[in-house]
Amino acid sequence: MCLAVPGRVVEITDTGDLAFRVAKVDFGGIRKEINLAFTPEAEVGKYVLVHVGFAISVIDEEEAQRVFRLLDEMGAVKEDLGEIPQ
Amino acid sequence: MRFLSEYREQKTAERLAAEIHKKVTRPWTIMEVCGGQTHSIVKNGLEDLLPREITLVHGPGCPVCVTPIELIDKAVAIAKHSDAIFCSFGDMLRVPGSAKSLFEAKAEGADVRIVYSPLDALKLAKQNPHKQVAFFAVGFETTAPANAMAAWQADHDGVENFSLLVSHALVPPAMEALLSSGNCVVKGFLAAGHVCTIMGFEEYFPIAAKYQVPIVVTGFEPLDILDGILMTVSQLEEGRHEVENQYTRAVRREGNRPAQKVIKEVFEIVPRQWRGLGEIPASGFQLRARFQKYDANLRFPFSGEPARESPECISGMILQGLKKPHECAAFGVRCSPENPLGAPMVSSEGACAAYYQYGRRQNHLVQPELSRPASR
Repeated sequence: MCLAVPGRVVEITDTGDLAFRVAKVDFGGIRKEINLAFTPEAEVGKYVLVHVGFAISVIDEEEAQRVFRLLDEMGAVKEDLGEIPQ
Repeated sequence: MRFLSEYREQKTAERLAAEIHKKVTRPWTIMEVCGGQTHSIVKNGLEDLLPREITLVHGPGCPVCVTPIELIDKAVAIAKHSDAIFCSFGDMLRVPGSAKSLFEAKAEGADVRIVYSPLDALKLAKQNPHKQVAFFAVGFETTAPANAMAAWQADHDGVENFSLLVSHALVPPAMEALLSSGNCVVKGFLAAGHVCTIMGFEEYFPIAAKYQVPIVVTGFEPLDILDGILMTVSQLEEGRHEVENQYTRAVRREGNRPAQKVIKEVFEIVPRQWRGLGEIPASGFQLRARFQKYDANLRFPFSGEPARESPECISGMILQGLKKPHECAAFGVRCSPENPLGAPMVSSEGACAAYYQYGRRQNHLVQPELSRPASR
C-alpha cells in the first residue's frame, strides 16, 4: 500500500490554488494526472515519486547516485590499497 | 524506467552482498518494517545473497494486514446499503471479514469499486450526487496526506455525499510496541522509506537511543535493501545504534512539510487496535471535529455481529516477526490467496502472500487440490 513510483513531470497545470495543482506525469510511457499539492517545488522535467495520485517527493538526482558512488569509492580504495607494496 | 531499473542491477547487488559478507562476524536479526520491502526481498531472493548469520524478519508494515476484522465487517455492511458506492484500494477487497470479504459482497450485488486514488472516490461522489460514496481510508503515514486531502477538498468544494472509513496506523509506535514487548528478537530495523518521505525520521532518534537499536531508513528496490542491510550490519558490528538514511533520493530529515500540514489539519492522533498486536497508544488517526461530517462511522451506524477471526490464522505472530509464514500449518494448504484465512495472505504487502507467490515455502509444498476455494 505504501508503493510509490517515480515518474517524469511532463506538463503542469496551475490552478491558482496549490491544493489543486496538477501535472501530467510520465511513467515509462504511461501518462497520468497527478496532484502536486505536496511538492510545490516540482518542475517540468523533474522526477517525482508518486503515491495514490499524489507526488510525495521530488527525486534528488544527485543523491540517487549515492549507492553507486559509494561502491565506486570502495573499489577505488581497494585499488589504492592494492598498489601499496606489501 | 529511470530511478527504478538501475536499482535492480544484479552485478551491483552482488557487490553490496559481498560487502555485507565481509562485515558480518556474528548472527544478527534485522526487521524490515514495511511489507513492500518484504515483497522485494522475497521476490528478488535477496535472502539467498546474504550470509547465514543474517536473519530477516518481516515487520507489521502492511496496513491491510493490521486493519482489525471489525472494520472489514463495517466496510461490507456499508457496501450493502442500497444507496452506497463503496470505494477501496484493490488489496482490501479479498481480505476476509467475519462472514465475507468486500469481493464477495460485490459478487452479491453491492456497488464496490476499486480506485487508484482517494481523489477518484471524491470524483465519483461529485458525479453521483444521489449516492453516498464512502472510501476505505486505509494506510500508514505514506497514504495519510492523500486521504486527508480528499476530506479537505470535499470540504472546500462542499461535497456532502462523501465519507471516509478511516483505518490509519502509525509506524513508530508499532516499532516501539515490538521493542518493549519483552520477546523482541530484533537487533536492527530497516525503517519504511515512504513513511519517512512524509514524516521524516526525527521521531526515530529517541527510539534508537532508548532501545539501542540501529534504525536505517531504507528504500524498496533490491539495491536499496542490500545497502540498508549493509548500513545496519555495519552499525551492529561497530556497536553503534544510530538513525541513518539510506533512501536519500526520496527522504529528507524533516520529511514533507506540506503533507504533514494537511494531515495535522484533518486528522488527530488516537489509540488504535492493530490486528495481531492489540491496542497501541497514540498509533492511529481519526478525523478531527471539523471533518467529522465525513466520518463513515457516523453516516452509516453499524450494529453487526461480534467479529470472528479464523482460529487457525497466526498472522499476529507473523506481524510481530515471531513466526514466518511457512511455519503456519495452514500455509498453502488451507490458506491461499484464493481462499485466505487472514489478511497477510491477500495483501500486496502481506508476508504470507510474498512467500506464497514467490515460492519461499521450504518444506511446505502447495497441494493444489486443497488450495482451491472451498465450495460453499
